[in-house]
Amino acid sequence: MSWLQKLLPPKINRAAGHKRMAVPEGLWSKCPSCSGVLYVTDLESNANVCPKCGYHNRLSARARLDMLLDAEGRFEIGAEVVSVDTLKFKDSKRYSDRLEAAAESTGETDALVVMQGAIKTVPVVVAAFEFEFMGGSMGSVVGERFVRGVHVCLEQDLPLVCFAASGGARMQEGLFSLLQMAKTTAALTRLAARKLPFISVLTDPTMGGVSASFAMIGDVVIAEPRALIGFAGPRVIEQTVREKLPEGFQRAEFLLDKGAIDMIVDRRQLRDRLVSLLTLLMKQPAVA
Amino acid sequence: MKLSFLDFEQPIAELEAKIEELRYVQDDSAVDISDEIQRLQKKSLALTKELYGKLTPWQVSQVARHPQRPYTLDYVAELFTEFEEMHGDRSYADDYSIVGGLARFGGQSVMVIGHQKGRDTKEKILRNFGMPRPEGYRKAMRLMRLAEKFAMPVVTFIDTPGAYPGIGAEERGQSEAIGRSLYVMAELKVPIVSIVIGEGGSGGALAVAVGDVVMMLQYATYSVISPEGCASILWKSAERAPEAAETLGITSSRLKTLGLIDRIIAEPVGGAHREPVVAAQNVKKALQDVLKSLTGKSTAELVDERFERLMGYGKFKELAAR
Repeated sequence: MSWLQKLLPPKINRAAGHKRMAVPEGLWSKCPSCSGVLYVTDLESNANVCPKCGYHNRLSARARLDMLLDAEGRFEIGAEVVSVDTLKFKDSKRYSDRLEAAAESTGETDALVVMQGAIKTVPVVVAAFEFEFMGGSMGSVVGERFVRGVHVCLEQDLPLVCFAASGGARMQEGLFSLLQMAKTTAALTRLAARKLPFISVLTDPTMGGVSASFAMIGDVVIAEPRALIGFAGPRVIEQTVREKLPEGFQRAEFLLDKGAIDMIVDRRQLRDRLVSLLTLLMKQPAVA
Repeated sequence: MKLSFLDFEQPIAELEAKIEELRYVQDDSAVDISDEIQRLQKKSLALTKELYGKLTPWQVSQVARHPQRPYTLDYVAELFTEFEEMHGDRSYADDYSIVGGLARFGGQSVMVIGHQKGRDTKEKILRNFGMPRPEGYRKAMRLMRLAEKFAMPVVTFIDTPGAYPGIGAEERGQSEAIGRSLYVMAELKVPIVSIVIGEGGSGGALAVAVGDVVMMLQYATYSVISPEGCASILWKSAERAPEAAETLGITSSRLKTLGLIDRIIAEPVGGAHREPVVAAQNVKKALQDVLKSLTGKSTAELVDERFERLMGYGKFKELAAR
């Protein structure tokens, strides 16, 4: 018995030992930025942006597509493409086991979901990364789904929008994953040849092989507020240069200031802004 | 220059030291020991052949980073004439970790671009250990566009631990520079031949390695991440690098089997640094073959084939339509 328990009168002691009135799980959430306590439904109806401080919580790929695309006429692209463990990669876990675990926890088959649809009646193909699937890492499947998305754009004269959220290349696929950088970026040359826009939206986080390939090569590059965006991770840089990183380093606002991106757009305005950008680029009339 | 030996080469190093000693003794000895020296030399060669016949991927990565390994400018000196080095990205600086310029190969004008490491401490720092910053990639892109304008092939030499993870590099758009370089190489209207001569380290390597033909020297490596980096992330310990090297599949033979490179260029016994001129001759021969095979192609053919090749990268399976 600790000194505190000895000190407490028996009644209080007993009460402390008991579980307090059960609060249903997942009803409330605490904002990681302002520590404000939020009702989960409020947060969800606000595009997962904290109504108090504007902090952008991460979004799943499906939630992102759901929020963005009109309810009618959605077709998923490339869902039939799934991973194989070519290298029989094994560290503390097998790659095949990691894939299974990721599929279980996210309900996705890989880290990219591509969908054809429309944003406020403007037809598009949208690709969205699922960060919870192995850190949104890019392997063969992500690359192939991206390219199939581009292919649909070419077939049907559609613009492409991509929401990046990734730690980079998927190590477990070795050089195959590195080469996805070249594959995805090369696909963009075909969109360009047909004057079809590619808008790249960088969300938290966009790093490594994804940031250093198609994500930075958008005709318009947008970032969400405070998103971490960069090539090398902050820890690696700190270890290399052995100095403290500047305040706000590799955040969206920092990149805007350095001239690396076109604009920062609040998630709640993103739909309208994308429609504007797409119709302006494609010389189509404004959408009300 | 005195040959330096890697840890796993210690048995060879001991033999070589003995040979050296005997040579020294022989100079002022009445007894002829040249037979003994020859015998030891043969033994050393046999031992080297044996060791190099079964190098582990981790050992190969040591050879790829050997301090005496020939670097880009060593190959340039052996392979080309009239190398006119060109500097700068025209907007910020010259990055000494990537070199490039016009040169003549046989009779033909070519553009040469490659990562460059330093030999001594001073040069290593100047060359930033072969780790480019955005300026390096932007210089490379500028030279590639120049090659395109004057319709000459581009030859790239890859030898970098990776792009430099520094504050300034991030501030000046490392990601964009690499991404843009991939884009430029994908659509460039002239032949591109890429040769991994040492370390093919991640995005920093790929940024100048999108070729119509990609070749690797026998003991070069090409990888998405260094074995140490991979080990410290996945095993939480850099000590496990040998295992990471094994499983990542970074050697020329493995990558050839996987269909990710086109050709392996043989190295002299004991690695390119043992006989740099022989190594360079092998590279020259391979480059001659490859350039010849690419010259007949029209621009459209060239760019289309490169595109299809890029689209073919990746291993996955397709489920039946649901």
